[in-house]
Amino acid sequence: MGGREATMVLMDENGKRCDGRTVDEPRRIMIKAGGLKNADGSSYIEFGDNKILVGVFGPRDVHPKHMSDTDTGILRVRYHMEPFSVGERKNPAPSRREIEISKVIKEALEPAVMLEKFPRTAVDVFIEVLQADGGTRCAALTAASVALADAGIPMRDMVAAIAAGKVADTVILDVNNEEDQAGQADMPIGYMPNLEKITLLQLDGVLTPEEYKKCVQVGVDGCKLVYELQKKALNDKYFGNKGD
Amino acid sequence: MASHTVIDELKKNQILELLEQGKRVDGRALDETREVSIETNAIPKANGSARVRLGDTEVVCGVKIQPDRPFPDTGDKGLFICTAELLPLSHPTVETGPPGPEVIELARVVDRGIRESHMIDVSQLVIEKDKSVIGVFADNVVVDYDGNLFDACSYAATAALLSSKSPKWNWVDEAPTLAEGEEVDVPITTIPVSVTMAKIGKHIIVDPNGDEWASMDARITITSDSDGNICALQKGGNDGFTQDEIVQCGEISVRVGAKIREKLKAAQQGGQ
Repeated sequence: MGGREATMVLMDENGKRCDGRTVDEPRRIMIKAGGLKNADGSSYIEFGDNKILVGVFGPRDVHPKHMSDTDTGILRVRYHMEPFSVGERKNPAPSRREIEISKVIKEALEPAVMLEKFPRTAVDVFIEVLQADGGTRCAALTAASVALADAGIPMRDMVAAIAAGKVADTVILDVNNEEDQAGQADMPIGYMPNLEKITLLQLDGVLTPEEYKKCVQVGVDGCKLVYELQKKALNDKYFGNKGD
Repeated sequence: MASHTVIDELKKNQILELLEQGKRVDGRALDETREVSIETNAIPKANGSARVRLGDTEVVCGVKIQPDRPFPDTGDKGLFICTAELLPLSHPTVETGPPGPEVIELARVVDRGIRESHMIDVSQLVIEKDKSVIGVFADNVVVDYDGNLFDACSYAATAALLSSKSPKWNWVDEAPTLAEGEEVDVPITTIPVSVTMAKIGKHIIVDPNGDEWASMDARITITSDSDGNICALQKGGNDGFTQDEIVQCGEISVRVGAKIREKLKAAQQGGQ
């Protein structure tokens, strides 16, 4: 949303982007499984300048009771940004944007979690964006998958997520804040690599049908990179020598 | 809709059985929309309006155009805002009160489709740079529910915008002043059309009706513009799509969208 002004150079003559990356290079990604004592599962992700903390509780009793389902467990997701996470202070009350992102992330995670094994219960996922720099929903979804796995909740696959996009008429991987504001298109993708299923997909910006196909391909390939880092985070915690 | 009943489960089995034979509950082809009827200028007090029926789903959209303050970082652009609301008379399960996540998503997806197509050229909606701009507000109300509100609201808003005439304001004594009796066209650059598809089992169907909506595993809404480019997309529902399905849905949306665009154009010409 907001203004899209092409005042900055998004891609120079050598094909380098505004932060020095090549077209298919993601930002620095660091994922840590665990970290919170009270949550049943947790994770922390640094995705470029994004810093996001995720805590998972459950399966546990559902409150309010009328929300519970006798056939299956339910997944509840709250995506929330701290007032200090962005340039100008954000009102701490949940915005319409945050409510929509919570819903989209919930629906992206649902196909991965075996909720039918826990009827009448809820799994709660709390996502707290401590610092935001473009692409928070993808980073949050990536971290939430790790936190669910860390909580020991049976899953069919993990969802890895990253955005593809279009900047200076070029299809790129991992749209940062500047590219989101001034670029031509942003397409966040969440993907389960083992099941080969896209579970989150949004787009704003104009793409030709060819660019659309290419964006989906670039995004899916990017998700596979992220997936390796998710597995590494879990490996480091449960099989590494870090004594975490 | 939020409510999911035992009846929906039974209907889902029937819908799925029919789909296995390549049929739909209401006899449509898989890529066929319901009948779209568009009545423009339904609300003369609005600057533009439309009453749209998509099968038994019915939406009224009114456009209001008025001076407003620009956002601090975009003083050289006017405002375009599109909303959507479910009225309590549209379905027995709809209650009054603040909108839930479904309705918030509906409003944001409809807004995004039109906004990202750049249908309204907001750079032409400036009265005085950084001080006063023109705001175009397209407000949808759902009056009858039978599935696929995304497309019904999108068509209503697009038809209403196409039928709109804007008053004219001049910058006089540091204030926007209405130029009496003068009317100008709203700066329109393209006609966006959203096409929503549901995935039920392995089948992808266009424009799900209420029963199909309650039975679907996942959905995708894709908006394309007059040049056949894709400008906005939203996946929803608690299942996923394969990469091939996503590409296929893109193609369907452009093809089906082109047919709907002709209807929107015809309604615009008929209303003038």
